[in-house]
Amino acid sequence: MDRRTFLKTAGAGVAGAACISTVADARPNLEPAPEAVGMLYDSTLCVGCKACVTACKEVNDMTPVDRGDGHIYDSALDLSGDTLNVIKVYSDGTAAVKDSEENGFAFEKRSCMHCVDPGCVSVCPVTAMRRDPLTGIVTHHPDACIGCRTCMVGCPYNVPQFEYDNAFGRIHKCQMCNQEGLERINKGGMTACAEVCPTGATLFGPRSMLMEEAKRRMELKSGDNYNFPRGDISKPESYHEKELEADYQNHIWGEKEAGGTNVLHISAIAFDKLGMPPLEDRSYASVSEGVQHTLYKYMALPAAAMAGLTYVVKRNKDNHDGEE
Amino acid sequence: MSHAKPLGGSIFTPAFMLCLVLFVIGMYFLGVRFTDGMGAVANINGGFPWGIWVVYDVVIGTALACGGYALAITIYVFNKGQYHPLMRAALLASLLGYALGGVGAFIDMGRYWQFYNLLLPWHMNFNAVMLEVGLCVTTYILVLVIEFAPAFLERIGAHGVLKILNKMLFIFIALGILLPTMHQSSLGSFLIAMGYKVAPLWQTVHFQPLLALLTALTMGFSIVIFEASASQVAFDLPDETSLLSKIGKIIVGLLLVYLVVRFGEIILNGKVGYIFAGDKNSLLFLLETLLFIFPVVALLSQKMRQNSRVLLWAAVSMLFAGSLYRFNAFLFTYDPGPGYSYFPSVGEVMVTVGIVAFEIMAYMVMVKMLPVLHKEAHA
Ligand code: SF4
Ligand code: SF4
Repeated sequence: MDRRTFLKTAGAGVAGAACISTVADARPNLEPAPEAVGMLYDSTLCVGCKACVTACKEVNDMTPVDRGDGHIYDSALDLSGDTLNVIKVYSDGTAAVKDSEENGFAFEKRSCMHCVDPGCVSVCPVTAMRRDPLTGIVTHHPDACIGCRTCMVGCPYNVPQFEYDNAFGRIHKCQMCNQEGLERINKGGMTACAEVCPTGATLFGPRSMLMEEAKRRMELKSGDNYNFPRGDISKPESYHEKELEADYQNHIWGEKEAGGTNVLHISAIAFDKLGMPPLEDRSYASVSEGVQHTLYKYMALPAAAMAGLTYVVKRNKDNHDGEE
Repeated sequence: MSHAKPLGGSIFTPAFMLCLVLFVIGMYFLGVRFTDGMGAVANINGGFPWGIWVVYDVVIGTALACGGYALAITIYVFNKGQYHPLMRAALLASLLGYALGGVGAFIDMGRYWQFYNLLLPWHMNFNAVMLEVGLCVTTYILVLVIEFAPAFLERIGAHGVLKILNKMLFIFIALGILLPTMHQSSLGSFLIAMGYKVAPLWQTVHFQPLLALLTALTMGFSIVIFEASASQVAFDLPDETSLLSKIGKIIVGLLLVYLVVRFGEIILNGKVGYIFAGDKNSLLFLLETLLFIFPVVALLSQKMRQNSRVLLWAAVSMLFAGSLYRFNAFLFTYDPGPGYSYFPSVGEVMVTVGIVAFEIMAYMVMVKMLPVLHKEAHA
């Protein structure tokens, strides 16, 4: 290796190392939208009636399909191209006691969490996933979507779902009942699943109010009586008083997880048992965008690299051509 | 002017006919995908939206097509003109590999009829790795076409155009080095956004782009060795071992860097326990590591590198190592949570096999009709 080659190699190495080491200055997590709306799902109040599943299908025009097996209603096992919302069941042993980890059972709602710093929005190449700047609602826009399904791999909750059984399928996800044509929230209404929930297990409202409510419930002990609101927390339709049968986990899911979510969950059972993913506070979006932007620094680095490469290649190519 | 010559000879050899049959079977299943939806052919699902069409055709396929990229760096950045004779064949394989990677990405696109949205500035999301990879790969395919064009122009005797192209070629060669550097490292960045779904032994925030780039380069150099050895046997060409052995040396160097980064990251982040956990992931990791280490050990001594057989085995091991690394990270150890699993369907595999068969057919036809390979010995 002569001196020039050595310098060149060393230079490339240093440049490479510089790229890699600055990766650490990724951007911070996004903050909640100024007028963020969301939902609070309280697993201890859920009775598993699945009224929200049916209502969700109705308002979103995903009428239950008769799959030829005699079922007249669609109680899907998981989210799919025609199901935006499911109620799942945790059960252990004899499954005798509600909200008990041992020999008990519990319900869990799965629908879009409306992340504060959404992975799906960050990874979509054509901006087909958008976070509303005011309400924080994450919507999907099929007219832009190319169907690459990166949102599916980039969503920590596996929420966006593609219609694999349709040659001209599209992505579906819960858009908080606010997609074009429905716009329940813009019209001053609430989400269909919250509206029909008989116990207030699914509660709609501004994220900040829901967070306060969740924190109040964290303070309760089993045996306490509490007046639970139904519908929209900013203007509840009714309340119902109930005695707490189990202690809450001291954990508001969505306060911090991967940057937080607008849909908050509370429960008497640890969230990993309910199938929630192992997330840290940092959003993957903030980390991966940091890496991407450091490597590309808004194209300045590639442009400089191109200039250098062009020079080196031209000189070497002229040399070789001369030799031949 | 190059000294490459068309090989001539019959096109419809038994190998060609076999590929043709595989290709036709693949096209049948591809037809079903377009009439009945992706679910009718592929086993991809809600938790595994990316199956082998993305992971093999695009993520691994393009790395196997990095021969042109790896040689371009050696020849034009490190000024090693003696590798010129290998360049055309490498470029052809890169062109075919990347073009079919592009085809793979297209057929896997759920809404392919809107693919042009990727090119419309008002749709672009500059935070998205997928945008960068999509645009970079598309541009690189065009660059490869231009880089390979001289072979075609020589053949049809368009000397005027050839002369002009030759004057401008350096720009495209430079692009042909920059673009793969960008998108091959970005393939690693995909893994960052997948977060916990990628198993701990394959998830590393800071080194993902570097590891992806190093494996792309080593796979690129290995495929050059593999192609040269395979064509030498298949088409009875002169021995290139002395040139290839120097490439073997480069591979050893790159692999050593790779292994230091890979294991350094695992040790520093306290993930050694996962290696010996004895579960599926640890076995896959050990297998992958063995495949990476074999070429290093085999090619460490000058004498072994001169042995064309050892060289070929080392290259093959490296190709499997790099492929397994990407399969492991994107698919085999990918875990989206309870309730989801994935194993490719026969139809899905046949589509990929069909695409590869087409690639081989095209390669065989092109080297017979265009000046790609060298018949006389040199270097
Ligand atoms: S839960 Fe998934 S689909 Fe919903 S906002 Fe978060 S990343 Fe997007
Ligand atoms: S907010 Fe609307 S779309 Fe979302 S789960 Fe509830 S009913 Fe379904």
